[in-house]
Amino acid sequence: MSKQYKAAALISGGLDSLLAAKVMLEQGIHVEGINFFTGFCVEGHTAAIRKKHQDKPKRNNALWSAEQLGIKLHIVDIVEEYKDVLINPKHGYGANMNPCLDCKIFMVKKAKQWIEENDFDFIITGEVMGQRPMSQRKEVMPVVVNESGAGDLLLRPLCAKNLPKTKPEIEGWVDREKLLAFHGRNRKPQMALAKEFGFEDYAAPAGGCCFLTDENYATKLVDLWQARSSRDYEMDDIMLLKIGRHLRPKPYFKLIIGREEGENKFMQGYTKLYTNIKTVSHGGPLCLIDGPVDKADLEFAAQMVARYSQGKNEAAVTLSISRVGEEPYEITVQPLSADAIKQEWHV
Amino acid sequence: MSEHTLDTSRLLCPMPVIRTQNKVNELSDGDTLVITCTDPGVLNDIPAWCRINGHEVIGTEKNADDIIITVLVKHL
Ligand code: SF4
Repeated sequence: MSKQYKAAALISGGLDSLLAAKVMLEQGIHVEGINFFTGFCVEGHTAAIRKKHQDKPKRNNALWSAEQLGIKLHIVDIVEEYKDVLINPKHGYGANMNPCLDCKIFMVKKAKQWIEENDFDFIITGEVMGQRPMSQRKEVMPVVVNESGAGDLLLRPLCAKNLPKTKPEIEGWVDREKLLAFHGRNRKPQMALAKEFGFEDYAAPAGGCCFLTDENYATKLVDLWQARSSRDYEMDDIMLLKIGRHLRPKPYFKLIIGREEGENKFMQGYTKLYTNIKTVSHGGPLCLIDGPVDKADLEFAAQMVARYSQGKNEAAVTLSISRVGEEPYEITVQPLSADAIKQEWHV
Repeated sequence: MSEHTLDTSRLLCPMPVIRTQNKVNELSDGDTLVITCTDPGVLNDIPAWCRINGHEVIGTEKNADDIIITVLVKHL
């Protein structure tokens, strides 16, 4: 019996990686998926937090893809290692804070390690030449091959015919003739192939796979780095950047104010780690304070929080202030007026 | 055949799934893992992960503050 070759497929949850894996399965290759979790992945986090989104089904698209394909999926936590990719990208950033090319190189490098440890033969990705401005330009396709160390063990089934032959093709593990020659930004060939394979309800075709491509998110991340004079972050920072209203009235501290019940509930889990303010006399949001604050700062922050409470038009609102490890105390303040909240404070 | 527990409170998906996966990989067939979670996303994601990898969800309990999912380990 001839050997069944094994491929590790990078599964992002998008259509391209789903199709690339399916093309390999059709050739009788044993495929298992790898999905890397950087901490910035768009996987229903905000939907999970915000109450108004809770009627929408929350599915993890990578798991969904694997289930459609009938393959195993290994989700790998790369949050810590990814910091260096994001903070020091050799090839720079895309339109926002997305270091796509370095990210791709890093993921393929990790996949190379994975296939060596798990006795797999090669790696596949859903990359399509010319599809993405930064990481899938024709000139950079070989950069990923070389800098990841994957060399000719990296096969891109959707555009393989536009690229030099890889080892699986040269050795006859896969039939190059049955691989594809997709290129450019036109998504129609992918959609037609999805239809042919019977895939429906797949994740938004060209949807961004991570928060780093989101302008608002990127602005908040840069603000955080500037305020701390350090390009570093923890998992809690990444999470909190995804929720709430962020206002920075002074360079050294910002307020994260819950916008609705779901966010307030989620932020409750952070009250042991952050100084926080809650309205007592009226309904209102929970606010976390990020940065070192003194008593006067807290009084000012309380006035801001009162502005976002149901007592915003009252003369006095009572709030509870709680510093980490200290007993909470109450304070009564006049809410700031709407025009006293400066536009430039909004991060 | 032993029972194990895992607390993923406050973690958002896919972290509870990753922790479940890593813990299950250390366990043997027939063991059970009782996972405490707070992200409702696990109601989809942990069963999906189990279906893909051959394990079985044998209990789901929704309380006011958390969700408890019990998985029977069956390595493929
Ligand atoms: S969008 Fe995000 S996850 Fe996707 S390649 Fe770019 S940096 Fe990486």
